[in-house]
Amino acid sequence: MEQVSFTIEKGEFVILTGPSGCGKTTLCRCLNGLIPNFYSGDLTGELEVDGVNVEGKSTAELATHVGFVFQNPENQLFSLSVERDVGFGLENLGVPRGEAIKRVEWAMRATGVLELRDKAPHELSGGQQQRAAIAGILAMRPNVLVLDEPTSFLDPKSAEEIVAVIAKLGHELGLTILLVEHRLDIVSRYADRVVIMDGGRIQLDGAPREVYNDQARLIGIGLPRVTMLAHLLRKEGFNLSNSITVEEASNDLRRLLLDR
Amino acid sequence: MSLRFVQGFKFTKLDTPIHNLDPRSKFLLILGFFTTALMFTNIFVLLVVILVQIPVVLMAKTVKRWLQSMRGGALYAVFIFAANLIFGTPLVQAIAFGIRFLGIVSAFSLFFMTTSADDLGLALEKIHAPYAIAFTFTTAVRLVPTMAIDAQTVVDAQRSRGLELDKGNLMKRIRNYIPILIPLIISAIRRSVELAEALEARAFGATEKRTSIATLKMHFADYVVILLTIIGLDLAVYVYLRVPLPNPVIPIQVPHIKL
Amino acid sequence: MISVRKVSFNYPDGPQVLHDVNLEVKDGEFVAIMGENGAGKTTLVKMFNGLLKPAKGTVAIDGVETKERSVAQVSRDVGLIFQNPDSQLFAETVTQELGFSLRNFGFSEDVIQKRVTSFLHLLDLEQYATASPFVLSGGERKRVALAAILVWDPKHVIMDEPTIGQDYLQKERLRNLITQLVSQGKSIVIVTHDVEFVAECKPRVVLLSHGTIIGDGPAEHILTDPKLVDQASLKMPQIAILMNNLPSADRSREIIDVYSARDFLLPRIRTGTGTTQSPQKVA
Repeated sequence: MEQVSFTIEKGEFVILTGPSGCGKTTLCRCLNGLIPNFYSGDLTGELEVDGVNVEGKSTAELATHVGFVFQNPENQLFSLSVERDVGFGLENLGVPRGEAIKRVEWAMRATGVLELRDKAPHELSGGQQQRAAIAGILAMRPNVLVLDEPTSFLDPKSAEEIVAVIAKLGHELGLTILLVEHRLDIVSRYADRVVIMDGGRIQLDGAPREVYNDQARLIGIGLPRVTMLAHLLRKEGFNLSNSITVEEASNDLRRLLLDR
Repeated sequence: MSLRFVQGFKFTKLDTPIHNLDPRSKFLLILGFFTTALMFTNIFVLLVVILVQIPVVLMAKTVKRWLQSMRGGALYAVFIFAANLIFGTPLVQAIAFGIRFLGIVSAFSLFFMTTSADDLGLALEKIHAPYAIAFTFTTAVRLVPTMAIDAQTVVDAQRSRGLELDKGNLMKRIRNYIPILIPLIISAIRRSVELAEALEARAFGATEKRTSIATLKMHFADYVVILLTIIGLDLAVYVYLRVPLPNPVIPIQVPHIKL
Repeated sequence: MISVRKVSFNYPDGPQVLHDVNLEVKDGEFVAIMGENGAGKTTLVKMFNGLLKPAKGTVAIDGVETKERSVAQVSRDVGLIFQNPDSQLFAETVTQELGFSLRNFGFSEDVIQKRVTSFLHLLDLEQYATASPFVLSGGERKRVALAAILVWDPKHVIMDEPTIGQDYLQKERLRNLITQLVSQGKSIVIVTHDVEFVAECKPRVVLLSHGTIIGDGPAEHILTDPKLVDQASLKMPQIAILMNNLPSADRSREIIDVYSARDFLLPRIRTGTGTTQSPQKVA
């Protein structure tokens, strides 16, 4: 990673994407202290997250500011029941029991896993596991949520559901969200901004419609198919906006077809 | 066959009076069986130790798997019996030793089938064992089925590349396990790293003063069990010290084997 | 040919995973097996190379039932590439990794050398020939695992979730590789839930749900059927949803990828019915 600079405002939903090896995984691990505490290396520059200067702070200290959800749901659930797992972080933080119980209930309800409270992780589907993991992180009440390709192991339906849950929670709770994703067709509709990295540097940073351009194509990002179609039709001379959702593209095309 | 034996120690979630007991009182009960079994060498008492466990097994609704652990244990019991005979133990006594082994296996099988790893971890915490130990234990148990699946996947993947584990002489067979062990170890390491990252993200080790949301409460049934265990142990000690036990002798002598 | 007839299967002490499955994959066919997690897809493909034998029914490769042969024997003709490359990689160098299966199958050393070299080249791994597989990135390890199976030139190639964790360029490379393999006359079966990837390759799609086949046909037909797609926990390809939203005269239920959509729409936008209008140029 080199010379990476950007600012994310409170409450923004930002997508971080780029080809394999571009540095996005490295970047998000700097945000919660895993780099440099867990992974050694040279880190220079300033990093402030949720008003806190990250330097010198351990991941545990940052956990109440930055929550981190990992790719593999199986390796981030620790207890033999969802309820106990959601409370795990709070127990580690030494949160008083009464308060902890309240937060666990709230987190399970917010992510829709309340009815699954007594189930063991291996009894849950991938999507349910990720929701349980998110509940466990939310219970610690961070203001920033970083998610590293959380839909990788999920089927298309579950992937859509979990992204919708994340967006809803972000909106309701005023969370700042940084989502690392390849599946831009699913997440683009929720994003305020998309940051594209390549070769360890930020190459593009802006609203999805601005950023899904030729340069992004050249970097090798998997743009939403409707965006690609719009681009192809524009090359033939037709007036189409850079749509990022099916609805937008449908409207544009209908207009074009009916205005013949 | 050996895998079936292990099934007799796996926990399943059921709603029975035994499953719902506090793990501490349960452990005391098992300890009672264990101690009594060790105290005695008399075949009748040892039989009673097993028989007394049967109603508990029935209450815990785990008969089928208890029988599996008994069947697995029976093999070792026979071995103990035979070994004793060879070294000159009287026939009835040798049988008694085999039965004693079964009695102990039965008690522990009962315990592990009815107590979840989480509860065990909780119990360890409550008796003020260091948290790291309780957590390591719970995580290890949780990971056993996961690693078993991993192991099967590796075996499948390598067999799919033509690896034949059942062919060749001893040296070759041992060497054939390298393509199995290495991916297993590597994936165990990768998994550990991922788990460690996730633990950090959950503030593991943030403070020495951990709170515990779940609680273990002793209920009426637990006190009954503790009382019964104490009574049972007292009775055992009394019988041991005061009651002359019938000692059947079957006059069959196994010829001494000169070693 | 891979032939599956009336196959049912359940794991010991487990529920039934496959019920009365019938499937035929002819030589040179490209098939995608799709379905929700737990539908039985991985169980089914493990039967293709003999790892699992059917409880009921038969699985035959080129006419010989898998029940009558060992896994090693069937694997000679059916290469199964597992989802996670880390479940296979163990050798000191990539070259040795590729040579492993060839040695198991009894190839001679000079054939091994030739094959390893050519497949290192095919999968763009020449620079890593003497590297340890463990220091490579995830995407590179996936390529090594792929090479390690293709190297013995099996007639039928099965890939379990080959697109997970791959970025767009890697998936494009994979698509080209599959095209190449199919042109060599190999049957390719992929297990996947990557709908957009399948929409671009357009294989025959077999939909599995709760252990039975609920759909079997060209991708354009299967992936545009809302009932089937929903039952299998999939999504329709974005382009297909888009096509559904267009006025009925311009709809097509068989367009699922970007280029076909463009080719279909261009003439319609240009001329269309009724008024003729010159295409509006972009400002």
